[in-house]
Amino acid sequence: MLNASLKELFAALAQKKVSSVELTRFFLERIERLNGALNAFITVDPDKSLAQARAADGSIARRDAKLLTGIPVAHKDIFVARGWLTTCGSKMLSNFTAPYDAHVIERFNSSGAVVLGKTNMDEFAMGSSSETSFYGPVRNPWGPDCVPGGSSGGSAAAIAARLAPAATGTDTGGSIRQPAALSGLSGLKPTYGLVSRYGMIAFASSLDQGGPMAKSAEDLALLLNVMAGFDPRDSTSVERAPEDYARDLEKPLAGLRIGVPKEHFGEGLAADVGRAVEAALAQLEKLGAKRVAIELPNSGLSVPAYYVIAPAEASSNLSRFDGVRYGHRASDYSDLADMYRKTRAEGFGAEVRRRILIGTYVLSHGYYDAYYLKAQKIRRLIADDFGSAFGRCDVIVGPTSPTVAFKIGAKAADPVQMYLNDIYTIPANLAGLPGMSIPCGFGGGGLPVGLHLVGNYFSEARMLNVAHQYQLATDWHRRQPPGI
Amino acid sequence: MPLSLEEVQRIAELARIGISDAEARSVQVQLNDIFELIEAMQKVNTDGIEPMAHGQDLELRLREDKVTDEDRREQFQSVAPQVEGGLYLVPRVIE
Repeated sequence: MLNASLKELFAALAQKKVSSVELTRFFLERIERLNGALNAFITVDPDKSLAQARAADGSIARRDAKLLTGIPVAHKDIFVARGWLTTCGSKMLSNFTAPYDAHVIERFNSSGAVVLGKTNMDEFAMGSSSETSFYGPVRNPWGPDCVPGGSSGGSAAAIAARLAPAATGTDTGGSIRQPAALSGLSGLKPTYGLVSRYGMIAFASSLDQGGPMAKSAEDLALLLNVMAGFDPRDSTSVERAPEDYARDLEKPLAGLRIGVPKEHFGEGLAADVGRAVEAALAQLEKLGAKRVAIELPNSGLSVPAYYVIAPAEASSNLSRFDGVRYGHRASDYSDLADMYRKTRAEGFGAEVRRRILIGTYVLSHGYYDAYYLKAQKIRRLIADDFGSAFGRCDVIVGPTSPTVAFKIGAKAADPVQMYLNDIYTIPANLAGLPGMSIPCGFGGGGLPVGLHLVGNYFSEARMLNVAHQYQLATDWHRRQPPGI
Repeated sequence: MPLSLEEVQRIAELARIGISDAEARSVQVQLNDIFELIEAMQKVNTDGIEPMAHGQDLELRLREDKVTDEDRREQFQSVAPQVEGGLYLVPRVIE
């Protein structure tokens, strides 16, 4: 059960080799035993999970199983789930029991999945290390002194330590892909608009996208089949015919053109990560892919542009946390303005406050053109670079993160160093393109290295095909942390 | 152009986040580091480039002006810090 794929779990449930209650108990027991050290989960609620598991067993007995019936899935604590404490890793929401379900949660519930718990994360998804959570840092199962990446670090650590078979994440600048890379997993950020943002607590709405995290590309395809789909309650949800994202998994890679951007192999890339990625490129060539040198000349501007656009949108989105309708309210105040000031100073952690201040500044009178408008123009240049590149290749491949997992505390005091972790992942968010990370080897300290794939709009099935074929030929994704 | 301490305090006030002088000083240093990173944008000529507000050029959908959601006031107010008679309570604004 520990290493079974979702397909295998589904078969075991269908053949009554295991019940959903047994499977759910198995993972709840592991969480009980190992979460103290990892801090991957903020909330578990065995009664709720087991009630869903019992209902799933009933469906299986009636031969009424859906795509994920009986399979426990952990959810990043950014997705509101009715009756569950939903904190977004913040003191601001530490008392917030959600009164409704996110679209993503509805989709999992109607597919028969069991909510296994809510996973830890950087506060309001602002971070690349899962250290900014009000609930304390998450530890990486591959190296307990190391971060698991972020912001979906709780989901990543949970899967890596086999506390959950699969999980959800969200990705605004790399928050699915970077923790997947640093924790030895597969993670997919879909094309912007594919997965509804309804009930996904907003950080930067033009960039935020939910997606799956799992042990393999095959599992990701199944999870995306559940998560993707039009939702009228999200104004940027894309209306498209449903797809089977697993349909191309078995296709051979002969003739595939992989674009290799030289900008992602230069200064700043650690040698151990570079070596593992080069080996993965060679492996893809062995599988029949052709390597094409491409250029993403404005790629280096993605971090500066992102740190204008994302904080600007965040400063607007997070203005809703004012102590009036939900969440934390300061206990004593002299008037309304004082209540706002104290509530927000107490409720938000240092990184969130910092980003709200950046956003407020770049949107303030007299600075809008110099920062926000400028960043939006650079965003266009970055998207256009991808447009030209996809004329010459089918998928762009490189490193997900410049280094393997770093030590807890190593970058916490230096925001700029922390921001540069996402230098390879941010461009896909700015352009709205799908991106994924899959394990491709190990670097210093036996820590995992991630291979980054970026595809053209709505090419998830093709990307999953590439990843699956790579995973059929390699076993990096099957490795598990020592002692797990 | 580095931010002054007064500017940091002004932004905090615009954002309605209380900030002590000591905090403002440490935030000032961090924000200036971040703005140094952001300044790289200014070297690029973007004349004539159309700003991109969104990951995709989407058209906003329109729908009929009909009620589509049920009344969930009680449910939503159950998580509010202070309510009375269906209203959210805040400190007195008008004397």
